[in-house]
Amino acid sequence: MSIFFYFGRYLLFLRSMFTQPEKLSVYVERLFAEMVAIGIGSLPIVILISIFQGAVTTVQTAYQLVTPMIPKTTIGIIVSDSTILELAPTITSLVLAGKVGSHIASEIGTMRINEEIDALEVMGINSAAFLGLPKILAGIVMIPILVIISIFLSELGGILAGHLSGVLTADQYIQGARSSFQLFNLQFSLIKAFTFGFIITSVSCFHGYFTQGGALEVGESSTKAVVYSSIMILVSDYLLAQLFLKV
Amino acid sequence: MIELIDVRKSYQEKEVLKGISTVFETGKINLVIGASGHGKSVLMRSMVGLIDIDQGSISYDKRVLDYENYDQTREIRRDIGMLFQGSALFNSASVQDNVEFPLKMFTTMTKEERLDRVNFCLKHVNLENVNSKFPSEISGGMKKRVGIARAIALDIKYLFCDEPNSGLDPITSRVIDNLIKDITEEFNITTIINTHDMKTVFDIGDNIIFIYNGDKWWEGTKSGVKNSNNKELQAFLNASYIE
Repeated sequence: MSIFFYFGRYLLFLRSMFTQPEKLSVYVERLFAEMVAIGIGSLPIVILISIFQGAVTTVQTAYQLVTPMIPKTTIGIIVSDSTILELAPTITSLVLAGKVGSHIASEIGTMRINEEIDALEVMGINSAAFLGLPKILAGIVMIPILVIISIFLSELGGILAGHLSGVLTADQYIQGARSSFQLFNLQFSLIKAFTFGFIITSVSCFHGYFTQGGALEVGESSTKAVVYSSIMILVSDYLLAQLFLKV
Repeated sequence: MIELIDVRKSYQEKEVLKGISTVFETGKINLVIGASGHGKSVLMRSMVGLIDIDQGSISYDKRVLDYENYDQTREIRRDIGMLFQGSALFNSASVQDNVEFPLKMFTTMTKEERLDRVNFCLKHVNLENVNSKFPSEISGGMKKRVGIARAIALDIKYLFCDEPNSGLDPITSRVIDNLIKDITEEFNITTIINTHDMKTVFDIGDNIIFIYNGDKWWEGTKSGVKNSNNKELQAFLNASYIE
């Protein structure tokens, strides 16, 4: 079937979520549970990749800037701007597409094949909204927060790597980072994180929700969720850059 | 009372339901029997609104199930309880949470009131002291009973059971059958059961519908089943080894 069929189905799936909730308090309870699952549950992997991301970028930038004509603070400028503008939001989101996206798709897909979603529908519950909405809202709240944490830890990783390798001091790094800091870059990073959070959770919910078959198909849905989320993140990353950054 | 008028459903070229019309009376146990792949499950799923029918109408006490009108369908569904073939319990929730779920969603009961109702429903299906267990920790028969308890947690008017005895031993099957019978009588609800189990038919069936190739091939009472001249029904009966 054509891409238009799936895109149309995706839009209808999103539309079906925005109806009057059966009971707001249950949705709020589920929202907080999802925020914990997505936010706290993803924290260890975000901490790990962020520190190493900052450290590796610092070492590699230093390796490329071989001439003594360029001040050491330039490394701080490059690493900090790269981290805020691209690495923290995009790399973190791609990793979360794998972790959070596959979890969401397999959870909802398993519910589908076990007839749990049918049971919700028979009870008169809007299953798409009940299962999807709290996850999407949790994603668009928690992923920007994880990106902010990632930015902070990447900078920290850069400072540590610079210091441990003797490439530059912490003062030089911070001086460089502060000299090039623009609030807009941070805002742009959060716009990206918000968009990527929506993509990861909605695409994964969509693939899980329309799973058909058995355990094998749940695995396929999970893989599709990660692949399509990643593709959409990369495409929207480019589109957002074109839209917001004046070159 | 549930009334079906000329219910039709096709998948691509294949007509799965060929204009089924019937009435399921209140307070009766209505059994839909027939071989696998002849349309029993499609009929039941159509009746609860999980499958859109192509033609005809399904009405619940004069309220027509309208697939275009989601709010009305939701209202009707709140009077429906369903026991799925695989129980369809929420695996990540305990037995208590499973039974409590519809109460939490659709009532303004306090936590204590909900717990009382959960215990009442579990007691009704002969389950006690299993509140904290998870579906993966209980047997197939217990899962079915929890499924029934969840289905009756709200004051339902219609109970649908899809193959309630599948995968169960004969003794547990009779326990489930008797539970369904007791609940139907006690709450005066309309019960519809999809089954292959002819023992169920002769034990608890009030009204029997035999589906053959997507068509209502025969309808009558359990005493009429054995005496029927219907060739396909007799073949189905003989294959079940019922004397």
